[in-house]
Amino acid sequence: MTVERERASEVVIRIRGLRNVFGAQVVHDGLNLDVRRGEVLGVVGGSGTGKSVLLRTIIGLNRPAEGSISVFGEDVLAADEEQRRRIERRWGVLFQDGALFSSLTVLENIEVPLREHTTLSHEFARNLAAVKIGLVGLPPEAGDKYPSQLSGGMRKRAGLARALALDPEILFLDEPTAGLDPIGAAAFDALIRQLQQALGLTVFMVTHDLDSLHAICDRIAVLAERRVALIGTMDAMLQSDHPWIRSYFHGPRGRAATGAAA
Amino acid sequence: MAEAARLDLKEFEDRLVVVPGGRWAVDTIARFLGELESVPVERYRRVTLDLDRVDFIDTAGALALQRAIQHWQDHGIVVAMRGGGKDQHAIFTAIERHQPLPMAAEPPRNSLLEMLDKLGRATLDVLHEVVDLIAFLGRIVVALAATLRRPRQLRATSLIFHMEEVGLNAMPIVGLMAFLLGVVLAFQGASQLQRFGAEVFVVNLVGISLLREIGVLMSAIIVAGRSGSAFTAQIGSMKVNQEVDALQAMGLDPIHVLVVPRLLALVLTLPLLAFFADIMGLIGGGLMAWIVLDISPATFAERLPEAVSMWSFWVGIIKAPFFAFLIAMIGSYEGFQVEGSATSLGQRTTRAVVEAIFLVIAVDAAFSVFFQVVGI
Repeated sequence: MTVERERASEVVIRIRGLRNVFGAQVVHDGLNLDVRRGEVLGVVGGSGTGKSVLLRTIIGLNRPAEGSISVFGEDVLAADEEQRRRIERRWGVLFQDGALFSSLTVLENIEVPLREHTTLSHEFARNLAAVKIGLVGLPPEAGDKYPSQLSGGMRKRAGLARALALDPEILFLDEPTAGLDPIGAAAFDALIRQLQQALGLTVFMVTHDLDSLHAICDRIAVLAERRVALIGTMDAMLQSDHPWIRSYFHGPRGRAATGAAA
Repeated sequence: MAEAARLDLKEFEDRLVVVPGGRWAVDTIARFLGELESVPVERYRRVTLDLDRVDFIDTAGALALQRAIQHWQDHGIVVAMRGGGKDQHAIFTAIERHQPLPMAAEPPRNSLLEMLDKLGRATLDVLHEVVDLIAFLGRIVVALAATLRRPRQLRATSLIFHMEEVGLNAMPIVGLMAFLLGVVLAFQGASQLQRFGAEVFVVNLVGISLLREIGVLMSAIIVAGRSGSAFTAQIGSMKVNQEVDALQAMGLDPIHVLVVPRLLALVLTLPLLAFFADIMGLIGGGLMAWIVLDISPATFAERLPEAVSMWSFWVGIIKAPFFAFLIAMIGSYEGFQVEGSATSLGQRTTRAVVEAIFLVIAVDAAFSVFFQVVGI
């Protein structure tokens, strides 16, 4: 089927001419980026290059000064309320520290999108939420705990389970491994890779973690000078002679990660 | 994407063929859950699940089918799965692996026992709280005593800052409130006293009730709402941010650094605020007496010392530091009780205000009895 072939290179997020300004500070200017269906895209960049701002802009938490963003072929900036809600149901977001609702248990947190956006019975929603808890590798008894009773790593997993509640097509991750110990971070990377493959997800990941970039990213986009300086595979990164990219990937930590991956 | 889910059931004697189709996903399957569950299980011995018509399946869709399969198998039906791609089977495997064990049925509840249980817990909670509060009072007294011994250790900047915050900045609202209370008292009193031709006693009414009780009590209540809650919120958010832990780790006593300046600031300023409230209340009452009863300000001022003894004024002011101590102690105590989440911060702030106001009124009642006994 030709559809199948098109799917492979289908662009799910298309950003053109994006400009973000905060006061006198220009964060993005003329930024272009394509995210393809089924890939894991890692977004890196120095502090203050607007990685998180880019993520927030795509998901509609920040309105850009100029530019266009289309997700699933629909212009999200021009979309009306109804269209937006339809698009939002097709993506899931994991915020940095999970952003779980602190007054609800983990299970109830995962049920929130299911209750709000579907007509599934309470009992089925609870069952589905329990399955998601298993999917992200949390023990069943974690479901009845409150976010403040969980460790940082468990909170991230719980946040991931909530992001996956509606089986989204795109998963946005904001520094998923920040604050985790190396073993926990590696396990989280593996989890994301495994879920991405099992559920056919497209993953947009903002990260600082060189190991994650090596382990799970199909492509990497480097933000510098207010736009995407380079996008491509790890090999492309290693061959680039852009000064920042060189110092990032060839610095001591970069070399260690490359060595470990090789 | 607008595709819907479909479900066909075909019957061949004792065999049922279940054919889900279309988009079998979280947003489309809700209406088929009932149909899957109500398949008459006693009629069939074999079920075949045919996945060939499914265009797309997600975890919710797979869970729905997996639950149906489980249900049929529990009734002794042989279930076979047919068709479906590799991706679909991967989702099924993932679901099966993570399906939680069926939960044990909850034991029947005994509502009387539950009520007793709740009552018992609540009683114990109150008891613990009282013990904790007394312990906290002890720590405050120790910190205050240390400050008295070495007054240089007192954080003067912090003290002045809090005096401005809880005292000076509260003046507009406290003044306005006292003025209006004076107006109300004079107005209500006037309409009653006029019937007996005893209009002039409005001065006694306004003077005694304001100076003795209402001025200080209302100031304390406003300060409890304004500053008691602020103490809880400030100390509570420091606790959440681990700032309290940081103080302790640096060898500083959080009580000394956080509570003593706040407490002293409130103890010093609440009497002043109460005095200010007395004045504003008298102005309000005097103004109303002038308007309604034609008692000129001069007459009012003349009658006031005759109607109100100096002790009535002192009775009000003496109570203020005690109220201030209570408000600051409860506010700080609840701040230190905050744990983890933002919800806890909100709950503790509410409790601080309610408890502080309640204790202020309770202590005021105790003072009334005391002053009655000593005959003031």
